[in-house]
Amino acid sequence: MASSESRLRITERNTVTCVEFIDRNILDEMNVQAISDEIGGLIDGADSPRMLISFANVDHLTSAALGALITIRNKVKGKEGELRLADIDPQIYEVFEITRLTGLFNIHDSTDDALNAFD
Amino acid sequence: MSDAGFSDRVAVDLEYERSQIERATDSILSAAEGQGFTKASRFAIRLAFEEAVTNAFHHGHANLPAQPIRVEYEVSNDAVWIAVEDRGKGFSPEAVPDPTLDENLSLPSGRGLMLIRTYMSEVQHNERGNRLEMLYKRPGA
Repeated sequence: MASSESRLRITERNTVTCVEFIDRNILDEMNVQAISDEIGGLIDGADSPRMLISFANVDHLTSAALGALITIRNKVKGKEGELRLADIDPQIYEVFEITRLTGLFNIHDSTDDALNAFD
Repeated sequence: MSDAGFSDRVAVDLEYERSQIERATDSILSAAEGQGFTKASRFAIRLAFEEAVTNAFHHGHANLPAQPIRVEYEVSNDAVWIAVEDRGKGFSPEAVPDPTLDENLSLPSGRGLMLIRTYMSEVQHNERGNRLEMLYKRPGA
């Protein structure tokens, strides 16, 4: 189930690390763990990480993915960085609302909106 | 749990292999699509099924990694019924903390059961707490 291949597309825009998911579904624990570890490595390597995670390609996720996002958010916060989420499908956004995670994350309609909101 | 006119129950044992879980997921969702359940309904069913299977392996089989879980399902015109049973000692659903409380919001785990309860029409555990039965009723049915 685990794969050493990256499941992420990572670019730099205006000193912001932009992360996109390659998979349409972020479901199983081992895949989620690999993604979490990879993003965690990016945060570890930055002094004050500025990160944007785009869900443009994502159709489905589970609570394991939400848990990974929270871990990422806590890491970024611990390094006094900034994390923003964008391009979330309405059905997935509803999951964020149900779990009240809309209050924990800065969520934007689009990548451009999110990039403009960074300090 | 209410009777929704089911006729053909399917039962399958699943090992903790992604391919087996996806095959079962695809079978349930294909049957639901065949009965005309919408994309939004299939999203709800898929999410609840994934969470139930994850809980069964992650919690129920924490000390039984090589053991399969049992999945049963039936799809009718009005509803989708799914049961997920593990071989663990069970748990008390009432003891699971509310993940939406302010003090639990930044905890990375504990949302699976809450999502199942939110997206499914009816959810019940057996007394031992190792079998979850859930029913998704077609909206408006």
